[in-house]
Amino acid sequence: MTSAPLPPPATRRPGPSRLRALPATLLKGLWLLLTALPFVFMVMLSLKSREESYSTSMWTPPRQADWSHYADVLRGPFLSYVWNSLFVVSVSVALTLLLSSLAAFALARLNFRFNGPVFGVIVAALIVPVHVTLIPIYLLTRAAHLYDTSFALIGPYVAFSLPVSIFLLTEFMRQIPRELSEAAQIDGCGPFTTYARIFLPLSRPGLVTVGIYTGINLWNEFIFAYVLTSTPSHRTLPLAIFDFQGQYSSDIPAVLAVVTLTALPLIVVYIFAQEKLVSGLMAGAIKG
Amino acid sequence: MSLTAKPVAAAPSQARRARRPRQDWIAVAFLAPAVLILAVFLIYPLIANFRLSFVDWNGLGNTARNVGWNNWLELSRDAVFVRALGNNALLAVLSILIQLPLGLLLAVALGRASRGSAFLRIVYVVPLLMSSVAIGTVFRNLYDPNFGAINVGLRALHLDALAQDWLGDPRFALLSVIAVICWQSIPFYMLLFMAGLSSMPAELSEAATLDGASPRVVFWRITLPFLQGTIRSAAVLSLIGALRYFDLVYVMTGGGPTNASELMATYMYRTVFSGFNIGYGAAISSAMFLIVVVVAGLALRLTRRYQTEV
Repeated sequence: MTSAPLPPPATRRPGPSRLRALPATLLKGLWLLLTALPFVFMVMLSLKSREESYSTSMWTPPRQADWSHYADVLRGPFLSYVWNSLFVVSVSVALTLLLSSLAAFALARLNFRFNGPVFGVIVAALIVPVHVTLIPIYLLTRAAHLYDTSFALIGPYVAFSLPVSIFLLTEFMRQIPRELSEAAQIDGCGPFTTYARIFLPLSRPGLVTVGIYTGINLWNEFIFAYVLTSTPSHRTLPLAIFDFQGQYSSDIPAVLAVVTLTALPLIVVYIFAQEKLVSGLMAGAIKG
Repeated sequence: MSLTAKPVAAAPSQARRARRPRQDWIAVAFLAPAVLILAVFLIYPLIANFRLSFVDWNGLGNTARNVGWNNWLELSRDAVFVRALGNNALLAVLSILIQLPLGLLLAVALGRASRGSAFLRIVYVVPLLMSSVAIGTVFRNLYDPNFGAINVGLRALHLDALAQDWLGDPRFALLSVIAVICWQSIPFYMLLFMAGLSSMPAELSEAATLDGASPRVVFWRITLPFLQGTIRSAAVLSLIGALRYFDLVYVMTGGGPTNASELMATYMYRTVFSGFNIGYGAAISSAMFLIVVVVAGLALRLTRRYQTEV
């Protein structure tokens, strides 16, 4: 809005426009409350002593922050869950990016029979619900003696991340100018060199987006981790809440301390890389 | 990029194809690792699951017994499965009716650039980063009939009559969980619509505003038609997501009380991993797969037809 001395045009009068923005402002404020309140309750309750959690209402802030639950949780096997999550997620994301970029290069640039149908099948795989594969994968994992190991999760995690990453990376690589690969060919580069030296570096933004999307999904993955592992030394972070709940069943502040601690890593990353994480989340918009 | 993107879009022209030599075996080398993983962990399990649906097996040793179509016959008469399917359908309808409009409203509200909007968008997205187990655990405490923040708040406002056993009462369990599912998913649709809005040329709404159109008219006549492609994709995503939903229901109610919030996926899970009825569980999940495929096919077909008509 300009500060011109002349009376501004009718549509720009401040009064009505602020009034018109009122519903939007209300909506934004209401949603802010709805989003923030559960987190406020979570943190408040996790900082209360056990006695205080019984004797005071959920709405009253703790008299003084009691960090003992956090200390207890961190002394337990919690860090083992964090380590397992880091291991499983980073290996799975790395494998997903490698395998899907190889496949995407073939689908985007190589001239071969059944290119269309292969791509079609991979896109169709997007709608397969993970639960349909749960029983056979459970039996397969047991038969392969991988049950309750970190490795049990990597296969299913990569398999369920591949369709969406291949789809996204193929679309991405199709936009890389054909002249570049043709020039490389003339210079004597074989297909693999063209992939490694030209397509992989040029696809970096796509790889980053796909990697973030896959990483967030797998970091929070629940059902495979729940079914394919059973002991804290091999389970991932979302399961920490489940296992601690069994242990501290009636100690609600301790359980909520675990929840807060499991939520923390991703939120910290988010604070430092908001735009990247949001673009990664958006990549999932095509996930059927 | 949309759900309906066609694989043939980038096929090289005839002339070009003729010039370039076939690279069949090279392509096999590039595709083999991905295809191998997909074959072992996705395609084989899909087929194996169908085969398991024809046996009776408790999962121990070689005691599996072929029972033909028995599991499927039983499934067609199973009141719990029908109820679960109905719950999935309710979840789908409410997801589309609640998540999409609220996501769109938030996107439009944040679209009016102001200093606060960037900050708000950051906060709104946080639930998307949390695991379902974390969210489910927090909300189970908020819903607690005695000390939960919701009932305590209602009583403080002297609305005791509204205080319910949100997750323990069969009348409210499913709706209470659906509210949390919406809470978590709405920011996703907000982001989706914000992305759609950002590709809308600003001149479009500016010109209309100069012509004297009110923001309401601009929304209905310009913004909404512009976003129809995004809205269609969002509806299909939401629909398919609802049919195969599992996480928050399992964490918050486990499908109970007395199947009141049962979904197809939670029913399958309980049948297999608590009831040790592998064959029947496989039949439930195979049926779920067929339902998802048919509905997704119909939805994509319908939305594509509308696309060509409009």
